Parts: sequence; structure tokens; C-alpha cells
Amino acid sequence: MKQIIQCQLNGKPVELVVDVRQSLLEALRSHGLTGCKEGCGVGECGACTVLIDEVPVDSCITLAIRAEGRVIRTIEGESINGELSPVQQAYVDAGAVQCGFCTPGLVMKTTSYIEGLAQSAGGCCQSGSNGINRDDIRREHAGNLCRCTGYQTVVDAVEKSIQYYSGQK
Amino acid sequence: MSVGLSQERLDAKAKVTGRCRFTGDLALPGTRIAKYLHSNIAHGRVVDIDTTEALAMTGVEAVFTFADIPRIPFATAGHAFNLDPAARDKEDRLLLTDYVRYHGDEIAIVVAVDGLTASKALKKIKVTYKEYPALLNHEQALDTAAMELHKGSANQVGEHSYQCGDVPAAVASADISLKGQFQTQMVQHCHMENHIAWAYMDDTDHIVIMSSTQIPHICRRIVSQALDIPMSTIQVIKPAIGGGFGNKQDVVLEPMVAFLTKKLGGVPVMLELTREECLSSTRIRHPFRVNVECAVNNDGTLKALAMDVSSNTGGYASHGHSIAKAAGSKVVPLYPNAALSYQAVTHYSNLPSAGAMRGYGSPQLVYAVESIMEEAARKIGMDSLDFRLKNVAQTGDTNPLTGKVIESAGIRECLIKGRETFGWDQKKQEHQAFKSGNIRRGLGLACFSYGSGTYPASVEIAGARMILNQDGRVTVQIGATEIGQGSDTVIAQMASERLGIPVSAIRVVSTQDTDTTPFDPGSFASRQTYIVCQAVAETGDLLRQRILEHASTMLELPVEQLTISEDAVFNGDKTVRLSLNELALDAYYHKTRGQQLTAEVSRKVTTSAYSYGCTLVEVEVDIKLCQLSILGIRNIHDSGKIINPDLAAGQVYGGVGMGISGALSEELLADPETGWIYNNNLLDYKIATMMDSPDISCDFVETHEPTAAFGNKSLGEPPLLSVAPAIRNAILDATGVAMNQLPMSPKALFNAFRDAELI
Ligand code: FES
Ligand code: FES
Repeated sequence: MKQIIQCQLNGKPVELVVDVRQSLLEALRSHGLTGCKEGCGVGECGACTVLIDEVPVDSCITLAIRAEGRVIRTIEGESINGELSPVQQAYVDAGAVQCGFCTPGLVMKTTSYIEGLAQSAGGCCQSGSNGINRDDIRREHAGNLCRCTGYQTVVDAVEKSIQYYSGQK
Repeated sequence: MSVGLSQERLDAKAKVTGRCRFTGDLALPGTRIAKYLHSNIAHGRVVDIDTTEALAMTGVEAVFTFADIPRIPFATAGHAFNLDPAARDKEDRLLLTDYVRYHGDEIAIVVAVDGLTASKALKKIKVTYKEYPALLNHEQALDTAAMELHKGSANQVGEHSYQCGDVPAAVASADISLKGQFQTQMVQHCHMENHIAWAYMDDTDHIVIMSSTQIPHICRRIVSQALDIPMSTIQVIKPAIGGGFGNKQDVVLEPMVAFLTKKLGGVPVMLELTREECLSSTRIRHPFRVNVECAVNNDGTLKALAMDVSSNTGGYASHGHSIAKAAGSKVVPLYPNAALSYQAVTHYSNLPSAGAMRGYGSPQLVYAVESIMEEAARKIGMDSLDFRLKNVAQTGDTNPLTGKVIESAGIRECLIKGRETFGWDQKKQEHQAFKSGNIRRGLGLACFSYGSGTYPASVEIAGARMILNQDGRVTVQIGATEIGQGSDTVIAQMASERLGIPVSAIRVVSTQDTDTTPFDPGSFASRQTYIVCQAVAETGDLLRQRILEHASTMLELPVEQLTISEDAVFNGDKTVRLSLNELALDAYYHKTRGQQLTAEVSRKVTTSAYSYGCTLVEVEVDIKLCQLSILGIRNIHDSGKIINPDLAAGQVYGGVGMGISGALSEELLADPETGWIYNNNLLDYKIATMMDSPDISCDFVETHEPTAAFGNKSLGEPPLLSVAPAIRNAILDATGVAMNQLPMSPKALFNAFRDAELI
């Protein structure tokens, strides 16, 4: 059964025709937003991470109809006018990208993480000053699997994201 | 000017913005979805299969079983074709089977308008099996009374042996000798992008296959063979690949999607495996059982190593015995001065099919060899690092297996550097305080050597094409396959180096297309930079020369006075400047002179270079919790000249991470009676998460390899090779307990600690 849902997608109001059984991942991908990836389809890998009302979710196990009335952010909305977001730039600069299949999901997770940090610190987030260490970063990102990097450069990228984000503020 | 610098990945921005397109992102509208019906037994025969109900479902377009497919057995291993029929891979697969050889074997396939319909249809297919006892290990499979999984094979895929020196004499004359048996587990690649391929026809006889493959050109040949259609009627296109690690060096889905689109009148048909299918119905790493004997003198001289390997390839040969063969040959360049013997057998079984995986047999063998080396060092009371220093290869040694001189060997330097930068001696001192009680600390070390490419086992050939575009920039096409490792970027750096133009003025065509891409077997054997560098260097030289010749005509100056720098051609004292843009426009559009300036070179490489390295690791073991923490881990590599330090470090981190994960937690589990696979999903098959991964560090010793255009050697697979034995040796150092089976999971530690009466 098809249903029309309305939501805000990367800053713009949209109407999507979705099958009621469809996952948000499938709905987004068939809407042309193929940046979110399926690595497992059952909530194990995080490759499909998008933000719903700023909360990172595995879109593969979220029904598309649950997006009704919500604010959705996907990787496609993160760079504006060709300029990378601080998190995207940090991933590039830290060399955290190899095959890149996990990258969109990770970037979305990190984005919500550092925006959350900034909010709780009253608009500023700084590694060290608010006590964020590499273990904290690892714990926060434990739901996103990457098979290429050993996570070393991904943790570096999150540290850099924090720096860049606070620099931008 | 470019080689040796940490150039940013060419595809980094495309990947962080989600714009980079993978196979599934390119599907055409209306693409049909195919799904396999996998056997739910490990060994048996399909005596009846009823597809009527499935076929009658709305949305189901076709169902095929064993009865419908071509009876042409084919080999799936991604090896370059071999002119010698005896050296070719085992042709033991059909598109579908009625003889079930492992739990998950493919017995039917459904094509439907969408995935949900296809999945529902699978449930409607009724299968009756006649079940046979599962043959899971060496003894069961090679028992003379065992059923043959493939007719005439006696369940053996291959065997071979070699001898370098007189091992029995060396053992007899050595001060001590010791033996050990080591067992490795079923491990799976778990590239984040599952196997996926789709195909359509764009003419009455022309099939286009889009696939996540490491080996587009080989894939085309195998599809042609499997379907008995001419190679030129098949076009294989490889877009961005979400990791392969060897699992996509096998032709897994492509013959089937080609078959399906052909059957369905050319409509696009896609096969995208689920994670569960990928884990147990593609390929895995061969489990090895290794018996090894090591003989040494009390002064630390390694006299002999005798290795005896049984490799389990599962239900189908795939890369078969090549794995055990390659692994054996790669130990020799590490300890070329000892007497070495190796014998190996590869057998079939009712386990998932094993194929190529990062390291190609070496991780299993290195685990055994470097473990017994540790035992030997302990037995003679010598520091394990000193023991290695005394025995490892040096530049100028002869590889006794090939009779060729080892042109560059930096393993001694790696060990020395590791000793200093890891603080080996100091840590050893400090650990004296952690040798009893509940919290123990230990140090471990292991070394490896590895090849660069497959020569002389296979042909090594690479092609490159460069075109000066109308805007003065250069397009580079290569057959070498980017699968995430960064080969396109280092190829751009090599091209830049030879052309004299910056990487920013070079576009590497990342998509491979067998209709247009220069021939190259693909991405495997850590061959890309080493094999392709010659072709890229020569093509760069050729195009540079052609550009300068055209400049010479335009400027009326002799070629010898001209150079390319940045975006222009200059004369000797830089008083004349001709931009490449102007030059290109002239070459393309001047009415009487010039032409499109291009260059193309295909080169065979008839050398292999050995890369070396070692892992140093410091662990802490909580005996009561059976918990292991890695306090520090450092890999030091001799991969010759490093073309791109950041990308190289990335390869090391990834390889070490995968090595740690394989050493400590990964294990595909089969029921010991039925061969039923227990854990083909990412919750129960434990690859390391970020939480499980320690900080990793690395270092390089840059030797110069004279057989490579830029002095470079392999690096893709090597970082993983020595990780498991180093950790095993560190646990031994910390606790006195030898973990001779992988993985060294908390459960395994519990059993071992209990046996050792530590708990
Ligand atoms: S695809 Fe959604 S968690 Fe893996
Ligand atoms: S970069 Fe390949 S999975 Fe993360």
C-alpha cells in the first residue's frame, strides 16, 4: 500500500510516495538520495545513518512513514554550495576515507555528535576543554562499522571535527 | 614532485558528500530484483523442487533451478588466464546446483519486480533433500571412504611441496628443535558493501554488467566461459567499490545476472546479497591446520623450518590450492638462510567456499611460523627481537626457492626502528613487575615477508593510457582497479611525476569498463602500485615527449631546450612560456599541424619484489576476566619507496585493525555435526567496532627496490600478516599460556587459562 508523506528533507519541504512497508533507507534511495548506504539492512552497521529531528537513526530499520512531519538530514544536505561541512572537511583532512561506503553514515553520526556537544557546552565544543577523549569518541561511534580504516583515522577525523566546528563558531 | 607526498585522495570529496556512486546507486529504473534460494543443509542432494506456487505469484517474473542452467562448469577464481591448462583453476561450479556442498549453496533463483516479492516467492519453493553426512575437516574429507564432493577429486584440490636445503640434516645437527600445531578459523572479509551486480542488454547480443568487482577484465572472461558466449559481447563496468579484501577477486554474481538478463529479454536484473548471504555464501578465508617444526642452535641461528599445511577450501575450490602454494613461497624470503621445507594439501569439505582474502594464505602460515619462532627464542633464552635480527633476510641474500637475489630487504632496519620507537627494551624491563598476579603485561613480535604481484605464478600485465585534453589537463585511464585502497591517487602521483604537471591537472578515470579500459587483471596480490608503475611511468614519458615535440613545432625551439612545469612548457631560462591549454588547442584545432596528443603503453612485469615488516605489540591481560587489552601496537614496514605516506599509513591502520579483529574475535561458526552456519550476521560474527579497536601506530623504512619505476613495493595486504602471531606471542609473554588456535577470544582465553590452572 502506498502513502504520501510530508517531511522536511535537507532543509526543504518534500512529499514522498512510499510503500507502507518501505524502510526510510529505501524511500530516500529511491528519491535519488543514494548517499545513505545499506551494509546490513538490520541495524548492525550504521552505513544507513541519517538524522531524524537531529537524532541519528539507522534508516534501514526505520519505517519511511515514520518520517511524516519530521526533519530529515542526509549526507546530501551537508555541503552547502560546494563547500564541505566542518565534519566532511575533517574526514577528508584526517584521511578517514578509504572505500567510502561507511563514510556517509559516519559523517552523519559525527555531525550529530559534535552539534550535540556544542549545544550542551552552550554553543562551543572543544576537545580537551570539555573532556572529550578518544575513548569517548569510540563509544559514541560504536554503532558505525568500518572495515577499511581500523578506525584510527576516523577517531582522528572526529577530533578534527570538534576543532573545526569550534573554529567555525 | 608528487611521488612521496601525502596527496589527498582523488575521491575523498566525492565520498564525504555521498556523491560517489557505487554499483547499487546506478541501477536503471525498472531493474528487476533476483534472489537466490540457498540450501538449508550442508551436504545432500535436491531430490525434488517445486516452483509452481512461486511462479504463480504476481510480480514474479521467473524462477530458475538446476534444470534450467547451462551445464558448463566454470572456475570462479580471479586469476589471469593461464596458457598452461594444468595451471588453471578448478572448474567445479555451475550457476545453480542440485548437489548441495555447503550450508547456503545456491539451488534456485527467483526474479521479481521488487525485493519483497522475490523474498516471498522464495518461501513458496518446496524442496526435498536427501541428506548426507557433513564432511567438515581434514580427517573426514580425506578419509578414503568419504563421499566425493566433486567427482574424481578424492576431495583433494591440490598438493605440492618444496625443499630448500637439507631439512632433516639441519634438524639433526641443531642444538634444539621443537614442534607445534596451529589452527586458524573461518574468517570473512566483511567489506561494508555487500556483493552486488546487475546486468542488462543494449543490443540483441550485447550484455552490460555493472559489478562491484576487483577484476573487471577477468570477470568478463569468466562470464564468457560460464555462458559460452563471445567475450566481446560482454561489457563489465566497475564503478566505486565499497571494499573487497579479496572477496571480490572472485566471480560470484556476474555470470548469474548475465544469464538472467539474457533469459528475460534484456531487462535489467540485479542481485544484491544480504549481509547474511555475503557472510556465508560468497567466500571466506581458508582455515589452515599447520604443523611446524623449528630447529635452532643455542647461539640463535635458525637452522630449519619444516611446515606441513592442510588447507580447507570448503564446498568449491575457488582459489583452491593457490592459497596454500602462495603462502608457502612467501616464508622463504624472510628466512632465506635456513633450511626450509613445505608441504601442503588443500581439500574440499562441506563448509562455505574459501577464496582469496587479504594476505592470501600468509596470515595463517605466518601465525604458525612466527609462533614457533617465539617458542624457539624462549627455549634458548634469547630476546625475540635479537633472535629475528640474527636470522632475517638482508639485501643481497638469495631466495633459494627462485634462485634470485633479493634486491631490497629492510626487515632488519624495521626491527631496529621498532625496537627504538616502540621502546621494546624499556617495556620489557617494566613488565617484570607484571608477571604474576591478576593483571599481567607482555610484549609480542612477529615478522613477515610478502610478494608484490603474482609473477611467476601468473602473468603480470598492466596498461595505461593518457590523453592531453583540450583544456591542457590530462586524463589517465588504467586497468588497475581502485577498490578503496587509493590506487587511483598514487597512479595520479606517478603520472604527475613523469609528466611534470600537478596532480590537480590530472583526472584518473576511476570507473573501469572492459570495452574501453586498458587491459589489466585487476586488484589483488598487492600488485597495483608495483605492477602498474612501469606502464604509468612509460606512458607519462611518452606523452611528455609528444607534448614537448608539439611545443617545439609551435615555438620553433629544439625539444631538448623545453621542459614542462606546472601548467606550461618553458624554455631553458624560462623566458618563453607556452601554456598547456594553448598548446592543446593548437594540437587539436590547428588546421594543418598536430593531432590529439595521447600515449598508451601495456607492459608485462617479470619480477616480484619482497616487502617486509613486523608487528610489535604490548598487551595487558586480566586473567580473571579473560580480558585482553592492547596497550600499544606498531607496525613497521619496508614497502620500498612510499608513494603517498598518508595513504600508506591508512593501509597499515586498516590492515592492523583487520588483523586484530581476526586474531581476537572473528570466527564463522559451523555446527560440528551438520555444518550448519550459526552466525552469518554482524551481531554474532564479531568484527571489531570502534570500541574494540586500540590506537594503532606505524612507521616505514624506505628501501629502494630497483625493479620498480619509483622504488616501490607492495603494501595492501602486508599490514595484516604479522598481527595475530604478535598478539599471541605477547599473551604468551604475559601469561605463559600459548594460544595455538584462533581466535584468541575471551572464551578461548578462559579455556586456556583454566587448562593452565591460572583460574
Ligand atoms: S544498513 Fe542500516 S545499520 Fe546496516
Ligand atoms: S572506508 Fe571502507 S568501510 Fe569504512
